[in-house]
Amino acid sequence: MEKFVKLIDTAIPLSTENIDTDQIIPARFLKATDKKGFGDNVFRDWRFHKDGTTNEDFVLNNEKYRGSILVAGDNFGCGSSREHAAWALAGYGFKVVISSFFADIFKGNALNNGILPIQVSQDYLKKLLRKTSNDPEAILIVNLENQILKTPVGNTEFEINSYKKLCLLNGYDDIDFLISKKDKIKNFEEAI
Amino acid sequence: MGKTLFDKVWDAHVVDSIKDGPQILYIDKHLIHEVTSPQAFNELKERNIPIARPDKIVATADHNTPTVNQHLPIKDELSRNQLEQLTKNCKENGITLYGLGHKYNGIVHVMAPELGITQPGMTMVCGDSHTSTHGAFGTIAFGIGTSQVAQVFASQCLLLEKPKSLRVSVNGKLKKGVLPKDVILYIISQLGTNSGTGYFCEYAGNVFEEMSMEGRMTVCNMSIEMGARGGMIAPDETTFKYVKGREFAPKGSKFDKKVAKWKMLKTDENAVFDKEYTFKAEDIEPMLTYGTNPGMGIKITETIPQENDASFEKSLSYMNFQKGESLVDKKINYVFIGSCTNSRIEDFRVAASYVNGKQKAQNVNAWLVPGSQQIARQIQEEGLQTIFESAGFELRQPGCSACLAMNDDKIPEGEYCVSTSNRNFEGRQGQGARTILASPLMAAATAIEGRIIDITKHLN
Repeated sequence: MEKFVKLIDTAIPLSTENIDTDQIIPARFLKATDKKGFGDNVFRDWRFHKDGTTNEDFVLNNEKYRGSILVAGDNFGCGSSREHAAWALAGYGFKVVISSFFADIFKGNALNNGILPIQVSQDYLKKLLRKTSNDPEAILIVNLENQILKTPVGNTEFEINSYKKLCLLNGYDDIDFLISKKDKIKNFEEAI
Repeated sequence: MGKTLFDKVWDAHVVDSIKDGPQILYIDKHLIHEVTSPQAFNELKERNIPIARPDKIVATADHNTPTVNQHLPIKDELSRNQLEQLTKNCKENGITLYGLGHKYNGIVHVMAPELGITQPGMTMVCGDSHTSTHGAFGTIAFGIGTSQVAQVFASQCLLLEKPKSLRVSVNGKLKKGVLPKDVILYIISQLGTNSGTGYFCEYAGNVFEEMSMEGRMTVCNMSIEMGARGGMIAPDETTFKYVKGREFAPKGSKFDKKVAKWKMLKTDENAVFDKEYTFKAEDIEPMLTYGTNPGMGIKITETIPQENDASFEKSLSYMNFQKGESLVDKKINYVFIGSCTNSRIEDFRVAASYVNGKQKAQNVNAWLVPGSQQIARQIQEEGLQTIFESAGFELRQPGCSACLAMNDDKIPEGEYCVSTSNRNFEGRQGQGARTILASPLMAAATAIEGRIIDITKHLN
């Protein structure tokens, strides 16, 4: 996994609430057996009409908006456990998702793929969505070390599990850690 | 302070706790399927890590399988490849696989309980969010992402923070025509789709105590639709009776010993939950969803609420419904009875009891997809197949099917489908398809009438 320390970039605002993982990556694209290529189909049915033509009204198709930070409506990532959603967002180039609420499984999947989910207050999110919509050039600064998000609508601290923070900062993953605990796990199994 | 049912099962599986960090939770059973496992197998292979406990893994093919002509080679190349990968991975690693055509094949959350793989007090995971189903047995069962599938492969453990506790109690007497599906759709409509996020839910009260295991599975299945990672119900005589004698259940004195242990699995009277909700059974009616998330549900006698909110309006516009209107009498061309929520024998019995002697409306395509091969056989043996087929319903072969439309079972664009599945997201049942979630009884009645009816007026 790639290390994540600090990110300075513009953002793409997507104000829809309850964006589920079926929207992030529709089920018909889950037939691959590797992690590659999902970025091409992220938000597929919002980006393209059924006949394959581009939906010009969708924010990802608006040239004004660019960046590796997605600012999304409340309860982002609900629904299916498919990690393909995280692979699709990462594949498209997103490194951070900001919302006022994240679904559990998605949050874990994001962190396991080097995407930082940042939870902010509903009020802050509203202001940030408005600002980034009106000013596509607005710069956001994400500092994981200090757990601070700096944007034109103000600075805010965000929470992250200290273990997960360590993993992101160093590019570690859970498998390395669990394997290092092999003996403890073995003892547990023998005691059952 | 007393312990909750969840505490008891969780605490018994903690291998180690990391200071200021997660806990290492031991996993008793790991269920896998073709869609969320290949990347995990690849990961281990690339890192040269062996699978820790292949004996604790059971595999099935369900998400991406055709529901017709299962004896023939799969036409879709990508789907075929995914199933071949699963077979290869299981073979290389010594994992039990109930593949397509096997007598135990079925939807992962249907086949594991019916084989007695699911047992009270276990920890179970699967790369599928509806793993919460198994909580019906007093099991801690939850969905995981593919990275976590790889973690369990590598260590038989997961790194997790203990979730908070939530209890939803429903007491009283359910009205006629109200099924377990209506109970859970009602709860989600009241609490919303994220009220359970960060929590593990226990369902309590006489309504759940009186439910069959099939009904309890329907309820626990949809816990994730209110955001809860899992839901559970304390095991009791109904649970023990269901598990007894099943293929992989303990036998003889071993079973009795287990039951003695399982009887301890209930929440202590003085245990405190982080959050509690209580509902009255009498307030519940047959439910329908009108929007694009499972929280957007109304009782059959209610009308679509008047809400001024952009996401709400986007959702109604997708469904082509208006604020303030009733769903009764809406013409429906597609009906789907199936999915890990409602594809068990009891679901087909209730549908058949309504359908018996009637004819499906001409405009309706009615798909019945059993949850497993065993259920398919039971449908035949109990004579339900004859009832359905003479009424004009199409009985297909087991699989996830039109619940997520990964295979060819797709609802056409713009069409409504009254579906017994669990998600009404945009495009879930096919691009542009409009899903209305309901119970198997409501779905059967819709197929007969060709429109939505108030089922309570048609029951004696």
